[in-house]
Amino acid sequence: MENEFLKLFQLVVSASLINNFVFTQFLGLCIFFGVSKKMETAVGMSVTFTAVMMISAALCWFIFAYVMIPLDITFLKIIVFIGIIAGLVQASDTIMRKVAPGIYYKLGIYLALISTNCIILAVPLLNAGSHYSFIESIAFGLGSGIGFGLALIIMASIREKVEMADVPAPFKGLPMAFVVTGLIALAFTGFSGLITL
Amino acid sequence: METASKEHQLIVSVSPHVKSEETTSRIMWSVTASLLPAAVMGAYFFGPRAVITLALCIITAALSEYAYQRALNRKVSVSDGSAILTGLLLGMNLPASVPFYIPIIGSFVAVVITKQLFGGLGYNVFNPALIGRAFLLISFPKLMTIWTKPEAAFLKMDAVTTATPLGILKEEGVAKLMEVFGDKINLYTQLFVGHRAGSIGETSAIALLVGAAFLLYRGYISWHIPVSFLGTSAVIAWIFGGKGALFAGDPIVHLISGGMLLGAFFMATDYVTCPSVKKGQLLFGAGCGFLTMLIRLKGGYPEGVMFAILIMNCFAPLIDRGFRTKVFGARKEARK
Repeated sequence: MENEFLKLFQLVVSASLINNFVFTQFLGLCIFFGVSKKMETAVGMSVTFTAVMMISAALCWFIFAYVMIPLDITFLKIIVFIGIIAGLVQASDTIMRKVAPGIYYKLGIYLALISTNCIILAVPLLNAGSHYSFIESIAFGLGSGIGFGLALIIMASIREKVEMADVPAPFKGLPMAFVVTGLIALAFTGFSGLITL
Repeated sequence: METASKEHQLIVSVSPHVKSEETTSRIMWSVTASLLPAAVMGAYFFGPRAVITLALCIITAALSEYAYQRALNRKVSVSDGSAILTGLLLGMNLPASVPFYIPIIGSFVAVVITKQLFGGLGYNVFNPALIGRAFLLISFPKLMTIWTKPEAAFLKMDAVTTATPLGILKEEGVAKLMEVFGDKINLYTQLFVGHRAGSIGETSAIALLVGAAFLLYRGYISWHIPVSFLGTSAVIAWIFGGKGALFAGDPIVHLISGGMLLGAFFMATDYVTCPSVKKGQLLFGAGCGFLTMLIRLKGGYPEGVMFAILIMNCFAPLIDRGFRTKVFGARKEARK
């Protein structure tokens, strides 16, 4: 039992810090640069993203384990997962608008962006590829969500500082954000080799 | 600093009208001076190659700052000493035996990409010297980890390579370290004086402490970051550093080996890249110490000071946000 917990903990830490999707694999950069301009949007996106990530990881695991493996159609996993995620995001968009309009107006705008994110597809695919159990899949989703949220919040706080600086004109805005991301990635290489799963 | 120095024909300013001798350049040159004892010890132990490496770093740093500012028609600020300090710090973080193009590349990355691109002194998010070294370590991993044996013979040209104490500790354990250095007392003295393999400026604990004492005495650095950095590291080393049992580690070896002292006193305390609130600085130092020991004890690298400080640099703006003082009487902004 203790080993089980340790493994889950390692999975969360590994997905959020050591193999952070943004800083070590450079996935999900479109949203990362899009919403990290302001702290408020970054926080909103982090919360929504983590929630969607866990639900989609769980849903995809069920479909993969109980439908796709018995039918022997695992080669279709990319297209099936895209369908599941798009459906999930659209459904939650509609449901949230009806049931909880307050939350919808705060976080709903991020939902449309999330459905086109590559991390949200990478997580179910990696879960399927590494044969994680149900709980492990959710832990991996949680870790990835936390990692992405952490990256967004760090980036937003740095970008607010860089905005004030006298950056050369060609580097203003997005180019500087890329430079910052590269340097953060350089710092995060220090985590390499920390946990080997 | 730059905006302040652009126009100074007529200065109209609001109070407080502080009159002080302390200027940016004075502080920069003082920090440079406080690093000199350690640099001299490095030159003594590692010979002429160390001197050339240090000189190349400093010259390239100053030249690239000059070239960049001339090219962009900005005010040239080489004389404030910050580029020279960056070059010196980078040089002190390199092994003595590196080929000559390595300090040049590193200094360029440090000064131009990490500092000037962000808008010059005062705006950089990361410590320039450390980014320079991290860049070199990732790009030339082999060359950056060839450590020469300290010989203390200035004219001896051929160097013998060996492992650093932390490298031995990581690969072969504490028993091997004792075998190399004899007994415990000898180990401590050698580490303290600096007779060990390592980067040019990090080996001599005593020289670094002299420099740090000078900075603390003059008030150029505060005690918050070094104390929380070293304290956290020592506690973690004591609890988890031993083999098998808890509370069996040797904190002193961890504190005076590697770049711990150089990092804690001279690099983590960089005004620009650390939080400016005192409580935030305590948290920043503790984070540095925790990450350093995490990487040293569990990570893929034998030394973690550089990465720890860089990672905490990422968090510094966030820490400042968290500890921002509330404006008296201000109301929370109405939500949209």
